[in-house]
Amino acid sequence: MLWQLFFVFLKIGCISFGGGYAIIALIQREVVGAGWMEGQQFQELVALAGMAPGSIATNTATLIGYSQMGIPGAAMATIGIILPSLLIVILFASIFLRLQGNSWVRASFYGLRPIITGLIMYAAIHFAAGGTNRSLLNWSTLGMVIICAGCLLAVLKFKIHPFAVILLSAVAGIVLF
Amino acid sequence: MNVQHRAYMHTLAQLFVVFLKLGPSTFGGGYAMITAIERETVDKKHWLQPGEVGDMVSVAGSAPGGVAVNSAAFVGYRLAGVPGAVTAVIGIILPTFVIVFALSIFGAIFKDVPKVEAALKGVHAAVVALIIVAAYKVGKTSIFDASTLVIAGLSVLVLLFTTLNTIYLILGGPVLGMAVIAAKRALGMAALTEKEAQDNRLEINVPEYYI
Repeated sequence: MLWQLFFVFLKIGCISFGGGYAIIALIQREVVGAGWMEGQQFQELVALAGMAPGSIATNTATLIGYSQMGIPGAAMATIGIILPSLLIVILFASIFLRLQGNSWVRASFYGLRPIITGLIMYAAIHFAAGGTNRSLLNWSTLGMVIICAGCLLAVLKFKIHPFAVILLSAVAGIVLF
Repeated sequence: MNVQHRAYMHTLAQLFVVFLKLGPSTFGGGYAMITAIERETVDKKHWLQPGEVGDMVSVAGSAPGGVAVNSAAFVGYRLAGVPGAVTAVIGIILPTFVIVFALSIFGAIFKDVPKVEAALKGVHAAVVALIIVAAYKVGKTSIFDASTLVIAGLSVLVLLFTTLNTIYLILGGPVLGMAVIAAKRALGMAALTEKEAQDNRLEINVPEYYI
């Protein structure tokens, strides 16, 4: 069972491009298909995983491993989902650092970097849209915009540490909402 | 134990501590983290040059898995090889691993308390801001001429209005890059593949008051 957990998440780890929410559906298919838990229980675990820091996919793996086999299961599932990306990043990084001077590698990164920038912008839009209700003009949305603008100012102009910004926003959230 | 070995162990220990500290602040995962990683590795430790953050995110984003964990692996590998990558990844994973357990115990109790929900809403807004900062920082080194601006704009539009898998965008980036550079060279235009190094040096000294 421990190895089964490891291999299922190893497989998911190999194809988890883009990370995060994209692969939740994939994990659900594997986990519910294997009869480890019901869809309802899975949804509750995902909600819990989203509340913790870190990648939601990795957190979900940890919680599923824990629910099946306790702490050893959690460790195995987490290692399984992390291992493929660790190996692939090491491979990419070694190739990149060795060929850094090559003009074709430079040209590829010239094209890749703006696309990654686009991905990050999309992530911001996607994440912002996830936090607002359907109606745009209400107190909740306005509060979110105020907090967001305040955070931008704090990080970019006053160089406040991102972690402090997150804590302050939690306090602001309690005050505003 | 010779001096070189001791220096190496010191680097590993530093990697572990830095990413252990970064771990708990990876709310929202991925791109929001870039801002914090950049601050620690570029501004404080000077492990990376400002321009290298774009490379880090590009490598981290093109591999499967979370961007934050992949970035940790990249920085660790760059500084101390494979052991460095493993150390950094363990460092960034460990706090979340513990927090996930704490949450699974307390989460059920606090889930329906309205003030916890309000705090999480505040955090959500902060995460959006951190992702915007990451886009700005990475964009500063990656968007510096018309073609890169068009590529970035198009990729946002494709992501917003189509269901195209991200992997094709990531695979398309290098192809587009090589095509644009080859075309520019063929037309006899100047084809810079990176923002000039001089700009980077200037940016360190000049505070970003113009934002």
